[in-house]
Amino acid sequence: MSVETAAEPAVRRNRLRLSAAQRGTLIAVAIFVIMFGVYGWKQSVGLTPNIINTAANKGALLALVAMAQTLPVLTGGLDLSVGAVLVLTNCLASNIVNGDPLMTTLGVIGVLLVGLVCGAINGVIVVYGRLQPIIVTLAMGAVYFGIALALRPQPGGSVNFDFADYMTRSTFAVPHSVLLLLAVVFFIWIPYRRSILGRAAYAIGSSEQAAYMSGVPIARAKLLAYALSGLLASISGLLLTAITYSGAAKAAIANDYTLNSIGAVVIGGTSLFGGVGTAIGSIFGAYVMRTVGDLLIVFDINPVLQPLFVGMVLLVAVSIGSLRVLRIKNKLDLFR
Amino acid sequence: MASLAATAARHIDRPTLVAFGCIVVLLLLGALFEPAFLSPVYLVQQLQIASFLGVVATGVMLVILLGHIDLSIPWTIGIGGMMATGATGFLGPELGVALAIPFGILCGAGVGVINGLGVAYLRAPSMIFTLGMNAVAQGLMVWHTGGFAPQDRATGLMRELTVGHLVPGVPNPLLIWIILGAVTIFMLTRTTLGREIYAIVVCFIISGACAAATGVLLAGWANRSYQAMGDPYLLPTIAAVVLGGTNILGGRGRYIGTVAGVILITILQSMLSVIQPQRFFVPLGLEMPADTFRQVVFGVVIIGMLLIYGREKLVR
Repeated sequence: MSVETAAEPAVRRNRLRLSAAQRGTLIAVAIFVIMFGVYGWKQSVGLTPNIINTAANKGALLALVAMAQTLPVLTGGLDLSVGAVLVLTNCLASNIVNGDPLMTTLGVIGVLLVGLVCGAINGVIVVYGRLQPIIVTLAMGAVYFGIALALRPQPGGSVNFDFADYMTRSTFAVPHSVLLLLAVVFFIWIPYRRSILGRAAYAIGSSEQAAYMSGVPIARAKLLAYALSGLLASISGLLLTAITYSGAAKAAIANDYTLNSIGAVVIGGTSLFGGVGTAIGSIFGAYVMRTVGDLLIVFDINPVLQPLFVGMVLLVAVSIGSLRVLRIKNKLDLFR
Repeated sequence: MASLAATAARHIDRPTLVAFGCIVVLLLLGALFEPAFLSPVYLVQQLQIASFLGVVATGVMLVILLGHIDLSIPWTIGIGGMMATGATGFLGPELGVALAIPFGILCGAGVGVINGLGVAYLRAPSMIFTLGMNAVAQGLMVWHTGGFAPQDRATGLMRELTVGHLVPGVPNPLLIWIILGAVTIFMLTRTTLGREIYAIVVCFIISGACAAATGVLLAGWANRSYQAMGDPYLLPTIAAVVLGGTNILGGRGRYIGTVAGVILITILQSMLSVIQPQRFFVPLGLEMPADTFRQVVFGVVIIGMLLIYGREKLVR
């Protein structure tokens, strides 16, 4: 009897309380709305469809890479090769997404397949080679970047104009890149999140040992997480090709996207220790990261200072995430 | 003599032996293409180039031994080089030249202080915190060069430090690396620093200082400093430490292994640039930039060697 009365308020309190991941996503949404509002207000011409389209395209590029980063992070890993896969698929797309509609379609499929294979290679080495994800993806990132250089030694190339235009246009002020993001969420992220292997990824991130003991398919779940990560990065590579109409193998691009993707994941409320977070949060995290750059421009701060601000945002975000240290009762929990 | 052999045996483990074995095999293979690979002049020159990597790898190894990682290496090297050459702008023309080297290293150590405090006290994941610091350091350096034209010439002492020979036959950078290595081995095996509570902060400071010292040496070597001077050093540094048998999760590793890793990476890089494997693909109609092979071979060698001896135990 007394147990029931004690349990009831607890249930009511739980109904009001959001999970850590939901709270993180909401905070990211709020920060983005405020920042973008300030951007629109300070912008001399206001938020015209053109400006929104440009901001949406730029943000979608990073949002896709951030989603790609989220999947390995949820399993407690990290993918330092997302930027390199983006650059590789960008260089490949500037070579093969061309010609008549049939060839273009085949080219798109080819690019997505290459991304999937790159991710799967990372996954195979991490799972069956039993090496640390950070060193595997750092080394494989170098390999992918080297191949990208071979595909496109000098910046250039071309892409099917209609395809590129369609990917980057707006219809009724709704940017197609945002529709692409929605499609990725509905057709890749949500089915993945609900699948057995998707839930297994969360279990592995929480505790690999416990997941193993419970019979969770660890190898397959990790493989899928890394492979999907490569696929998402290649979608971003395609979009980058459509936006720039060309390919370029620059180390700075790869590094910038890798760094920003991790920042976006952290801001989006995903725990870097794994097991907590969503790709939706990472999308808004990515838009926050990109709006930082836009704000620098409207506030007339030299854009070359962008790394400084992005780095500071990352440091602050990761430090706030660490404030749990102050709340924790048993210090041993920290060394879990 | 017997005790010396015993000490040596204690310091050399399997990864170290594999790495040294690979160096010998690489040199012999290279000699088939180009006999000059075995000449003492070439070898000493390689050791001199290896010293730059060796100095930065020393600091990174300490951090990795703790189970952390320092991804702020590239721009800490940049800070070391650019602050040392630009010291006159902060300290005045006389003091700036005299104190250029300590000033550069101190600035790098400053990056290490922040890294260390963040990782030790905020318990932020070192991977992310140092990645963020790298971006901040980059921003600060861009600001530094954008705000006013800094002095980017190396001072005479920096030049002397990298191209001179204090001991005949031994280039100065190699001498610096040998001294630094001896101190590190002494610290790792004879002192209790590793058990002290401030170890994390101290190791990050050492890592920052070592990276900055490499920046100073590189600035002396090239006679000037420039923005992205540290960028090509991140992967080789971590690779050298990990190939030398230091476990990326911390706790295990020998300095002599790092030495082997550094020499291995340097010789691999040098051979790729001498042999130019991409020219064998030209008859097949494949024109590839030289960097392709450097990157691909690098990645494959690191993964391949780790698969031989760096694997973790199965989860059971």
